[in-house]
Amino acid sequence: MKISIKKDTGFVEYESILVDATLLEVLNDIKQTKDNTLAFSSGCRSSVCGSCSMRVNEVEVLACSYKIQDGDRVEPLNNMEVVRDLVVDMDKAYSFNKTAKAWLSKVALSNTLDANDAKINEVQSDCILCSSCYSACPVYAVNGDFLGPFALTRVWKYASDKREDDVQGKMSDVQTKGIWDCTLCDNCSVVCPQNISSKADIEMLRMKSAQFGFMDPNFGSFDGGFGFDGSPQF
Amino acid sequence: MNKKCDVLIIGAGGAGLTAALNAKESGADVIVLTKEYPTRSQTCMAQGGINAALGNAGEDSVEDHIANTLKSAHGEADPEAIRFMCESAPKAIEWLDSIGVCFSRTQDAKVAQRALGGASASRACYAQDYTGLKILHTIYDRCLEADIEIQNEKYLLEILKDENDGVCGAKVLDIRSGEVEIYEANAVVLASGGYSRIYDKNSTNSTASTGDGIATAARAGAELIDMEFVQFHPTGLKSCSILISESARGEGGYILNSKGERFTKELAPRDVLSRAIDAEIKKGEDVFLDIRHLGEKLIDEGLPQERKLAKLYENLDPVHELMPIKPVAHYTMGGVRVDNKSATSLKGLFACGECANHRVHGANRLGGNSLLEIVVFGKEAGVNAALYAKENGRTIPLNADITSVIDEIKTYENVLDFYAKREHIGDLFYKNVGIVRTKEELKVALQEVQDIKANISKLGVSDISKVYNTNLIEFLEFKNSLDVCEVVVKSALAREVSCGAHYIV
Repeated sequence: MKISIKKDTGFVEYESILVDATLLEVLNDIKQTKDNTLAFSSGCRSSVCGSCSMRVNEVEVLACSYKIQDGDRVEPLNNMEVVRDLVVDMDKAYSFNKTAKAWLSKVALSNTLDANDAKINEVQSDCILCSSCYSACPVYAVNGDFLGPFALTRVWKYASDKREDDVQGKMSDVQTKGIWDCTLCDNCSVVCPQNISSKADIEMLRMKSAQFGFMDPNFGSFDGGFGFDGSPQF
Repeated sequence: MNKKCDVLIIGAGGAGLTAALNAKESGADVIVLTKEYPTRSQTCMAQGGINAALGNAGEDSVEDHIANTLKSAHGEADPEAIRFMCESAPKAIEWLDSIGVCFSRTQDAKVAQRALGGASASRACYAQDYTGLKILHTIYDRCLEADIEIQNEKYLLEILKDENDGVCGAKVLDIRSGEVEIYEANAVVLASGGYSRIYDKNSTNSTASTGDGIATAARAGAELIDMEFVQFHPTGLKSCSILISESARGEGGYILNSKGERFTKELAPRDVLSRAIDAEIKKGEDVFLDIRHLGEKLIDEGLPQERKLAKLYENLDPVHELMPIKPVAHYTMGGVRVDNKSATSLKGLFACGECANHRVHGANRLGGNSLLEIVVFGKEAGVNAALYAKENGRTIPLNADITSVIDEIKTYENVLDFYAKREHIGDLFYKNVGIVRTKEELKVALQEVQDIKANISKLGVSDISKVYNTNLIEFLEFKNSLDVCEVVVKSALAREVSCGAHYIV
């Protein structure tokens, strides 16, 4: 089986004799037996650490959970600086968690959760920060300040938690370069290895924001646009 | 320019980040270094749960938690440390709950609990089978809120000491730039994880669990204890050593041989069960984990990761098929010796998490006690390091130049492939320093390790790039592993009587 891997010098083709193997197993085999200089990141081998995200045939995958096929083309994630070969610098994507204040801001200890409450943000808390969603995001590609998918999912995770006592504050932190900049294209959901839909979470954040009176700044701000009630504005 | 702080934390898993939060809360200026990113540590792989005698699922008591832990430790633990940990457990859960950890819940709004091996009650609080992941990520979010500086992709080379032998910083390799950097600190907390990867592919662990911190601390003079105690998890998937969580048995899974017979008690402590499975395999049987009778609904709700991993790696669906398993290296009880303040034998060096030995697991750790340990003793290490840092002003580190072992490695001949050696040592250790040991086999393993160490300059790296040289990093990790291997075998040879996970015939 042949696969091509994008190194700093361009695509390099490697032959693999492994059958029914994950991409990570193949990368390790190449590194140990054919090309010691190949650079990639990995960790847990079981899809929970988020280290081995990369793109195969232009789609984001975790190398440890993707089975290789003949002719696969392997590349680093998009929208992030390539450090070397398949390794990218994720510091910037990670930094949006802080910018978006993705944490429990004010705890309402009196609010205890039952089995159903715990289900509300169960999926959102499965995120492994692999950054696949930033790689697939067309908004982030053109606007490097966009808070982006996993940070917004994380905010929704905390904002939807019944223990959060300052939901309005959480909404106010994602208004600028946040929820309204998303085009709802859903690329992030398609590539998420944990089946999280940041698009859906962003829609939830928009609805919650509207409840607190926040508005889409793009809405009605154009000359001759439409007002909230749909009537033309002049 | 050297970077400076009060407390330098090496490792950003659950223990390191908890230490960081507590050191910061105690008024210290903190920097955390990690060789990966903060949420990628071994903690994220912990699935089963975190123990606390809350009694949310049937009667339980702190005394029972203590008794179970003591029993599993086979007399090799410190009863006071265990008491402290078990008594602190309910508070630890309360704290995790208050920062937003998404624990699974009961209908009556309590944290859900389930049974794990060796426990007299359903004591493990869990978040589906993502308990470690969700705890780690929530603690990380807390660190962001506390504005703690975390430096990613820095590899520990040396622990620095001053002229009075006090620890005062660390020398690290910036993996991205390839530059050596110095961090000066009044106190250093080691939270760098365990050494299960000395068994290479025969381990459930992340490839990063190579014992770097332990080896580096030992080179600086820190004392290590109980290094022979390595826990083999009974249920690693046979072909890839990926863990199938103990919760699979906690929920009612069976262990079967090729004839479909149950031949052992599924919820026996891990050392006992691993030996039973090992004996069955040595008889020529294949051994399987069977969760088919639990039903698809329960499997998808309680064990979603297990189903996914079995499908991916073994090409089978555990809802309908048996999972082939073998016991593999999972957790290392041994580590850097610490006192009841998490202080090591080196002044100014503290340790917590799997790299440390707080003597709470003794000769065999109970499932659900390691996540507890990192939260309880991570806090102690952070608080005590901050206190020490306050009382001891910064001193000037000796050897604070950018020379390091890397300069030496550059002169190595690289005529032998270290990846092949790494695999060889891993397999040899699995066989000779594994579940059942003999003195003769241990001696063979020791000789082998010492031979490789004596000829280390025949190995080396082919990649000469400065930038993100993973060939070099893996070699540095292998070098550290060899140091750890030697101590593990020597400790195993020194303990002539079987005890817990150390079983010698």
